Amino acid sequence: MIPGVAADFSADTIVTSIVKAVLVVVFLLTSVLFAIWFERKVVARMQVRPGPNWHGPKGLLQSLADAMKLLLKEDLTVTRADRVTYLLAPMISVFCALLVFAVIPFGPSVTIPFTDYSTPAQLTDFPVATLYVLACASIGVYGIVLGGWSSGSTYPLLGAVRSTAQVISYELAMGLSLVSVFIMAGSMSTSSIVESQTNLWWFLPLAPAFVVYVISMVGETNRLPFDLPEAEGELVSGYMTEYSSMKFAWFFLAEYIAMINVSAVAVTLFLGGWRAPWPLSVIGDGVLNTGWWPVLWFLAKVWLLMFFFVWVRGTLLRLRYDQFMVFGWKVLIPFALGWLVALATFQWLGLAGVTRTQMFVAIAAVALLAAVIVWLLPERKSPDRSPDDGGDGRFDAFAGGYPVPPLPGQSLPPSPRARRTVPPAPPESSGSPADVDAEETR
Amino acid sequence: MSGGEEVLFWVLAPLMVIAAAGLLVVRRAVHAAVCVVFVMIGLAVLYVAQEAPFLGIVQVVVYTGAVMMLFLFVLMLVGVDAADSLTETIRGQRWIGVLLGLGLAAVLLGVVAQATFPPSVGLEQANAVTNPVALARVLLGEYVVAMEVVGILLVTAALAGLVLTHRRRLGKKPTQRALAEAKVALLPTGRHLTPLPAPGVYAQNNAMDTPALGPDGRPLDHSVPRVLRIRGQQRSATELLTAEETLVERRQGSDDVAPARSDRPEEETR
Repeated sequence: MIPGVAADFSADTIVTSIVKAVLVVVFLLTSVLFAIWFERKVVARMQVRPGPNWHGPKGLLQSLADAMKLLLKEDLTVTRADRVTYLLAPMISVFCALLVFAVIPFGPSVTIPFTDYSTPAQLTDFPVATLYVLACASIGVYGIVLGGWSSGSTYPLLGAVRSTAQVISYELAMGLSLVSVFIMAGSMSTSSIVESQTNLWWFLPLAPAFVVYVISMVGETNRLPFDLPEAEGELVSGYMTEYSSMKFAWFFLAEYIAMINVSAVAVTLFLGGWRAPWPLSVIGDGVLNTGWWPVLWFLAKVWLLMFFFVWVRGTLLRLRYDQFMVFGWKVLIPFALGWLVALATFQWLGLAGVTRTQMFVAIAAVALLAAVIVWLLPERKSPDRSPDDGGDGRFDAFAGGYPVPPLPGQSLPPSPRARRTVPPAPPESSGSPADVDAEETR
Repeated sequence: MSGGEEVLFWVLAPLMVIAAAGLLVVRRAVHAAVCVVFVMIGLAVLYVAQEAPFLGIVQVVVYTGAVMMLFLFVLMLVGVDAADSLTETIRGQRWIGVLLGLGLAAVLLGVVAQATFPPSVGLEQANAVTNPVALARVLLGEYVVAMEVVGILLVTAALAGLVLTHRRRLGKKPTQRALAEAKVALLPTGRHLTPLPAPGVYAQNNAMDTPALGPDGRPLDHSVPRVLRIRGQQRSATELLTAEETLVERRQGSDDVAPARSDRPEEETR
């Protein structure tokens, strides 16, 4: 038994590990096929259209058809590409994406059917497993960077540079939000963290950290609204512009596996891992937390987060690059740091013997004080933002130098030509008097 | 060393040596960076194999994931891409380099030859409370002052970096609204509110040097990139249009030629 790890791997042989590794890879590949179908279908329903519905029942075989198409397409290598790196980049991406699931627990100890051999439903675990996930993610960026650079073209290079900046910045916020889980759980091993959530899932007490994690996980996977590295309108498709056929498919695969990875990490660290949600967990004294049931809960939670990904994609618009960086560095990271300091202070107070009630009273007092101060502060006068009404309520039709319509509540001043509408138009003229006026003024 | 660890070492070590030697041989800076990354990850794997998982993983996260990535970032931006020039900026630097390298090799060989490898002691006790916890107790218990001093030093260095690269803003930062208003104010001078139109796309021609046609059918000169216009490499739209109109006429034979307006390629292609 590995010290500091809740799961017991002592019964595992090398054969067990190989079988588990193969199962993990098979799980990931089939999940990606399903995820692509799922995403297209859900986005389609959100946009009131049917989505893929031609191949197989409900279009389920669509991703398989896409995969075959990518396999059989011509494999182009750009003339200016740096060949070795060009081939290496998608491999790095996929390899790193596949590594993460080695430490994700699908369930507790499970018994193989028809035998009495039981083993944890997890490939491996060690005391720094969560850091290992971060390490895999940070190496995975090399795939994107090298792919963008080796294409020898401008758009991919720009996409790669953006992606580097993005992933490094958001990894900081992500790491900080994970640290608060380490503080509460007292461990960095995934199975121990799941073990520590027996009574309370961490997303409730650590809600701010959970929010930071969810935002940074979307940034980390380059998904809308943070898909700046491959912003179609600006960069064609970013770092993978010059890739085709199977090499492109690898990048695509890596991207979807990365989504599943961050969802699984969120489930393991914040959403109770494989534990059954509350009303189910009390049934029969927790019988639903044993055997093969937990795998079901785990998958359900992961796909709930995947739905969240798709939902966000279907709802939000892409941020501008500078806004995105400002948000990451000036909002997310300081907030995560502040939260971490606060949490560490509470933990320290707890160790020093201060009771929960005292802490809550203190927090309430501070919050009340802050509210009173805010209430007493003079309200800042908002700067005059609308030049339209010129301060005196009059409507200026050329505010800011170009014609503007009146705002609600304002009315157009009477036209100086209003009196000229009185004489009737000559019978041969087809235009109304207003049109004639408009013609004259041109 | 247990059996597995030995196999891992003998598989990984030669690869790492090859990658390290590759650093001397490869011509492109990015390839050198990739070699360094490989060596770093190999080192991390060896650390983990030697029961120091925290050190190994942190090595990857911090050095490979952040520091080396920043190097690569700069390399790509600066574009140190072509083979570097081989002119020596310091006289005789090659010989100095060779001499120093030989000296280092001699020192290292001497150390390795003199080293003895007694059986390791104390690893079990050190890792009894798990590796990260034991490390934390040492770093934040026995050496906490040194840790704090190093931390303050690093923060000072980071602040210094910020201060040195900081430029004071001379005016107020323009807001999005101010920029929009400035754009509108320039309208009378002939500036455009919208982005510039793309160069022309015609049935037979799709190039940067031919202007697009506006809604009134006149060529938009500002749709051709400014550089081409200044160089005088702009093609006239009339030339192209005549060519296309003759083509249309040829295809329609002696039939009534459709009104010229509908032949405008602008309407065909957009």
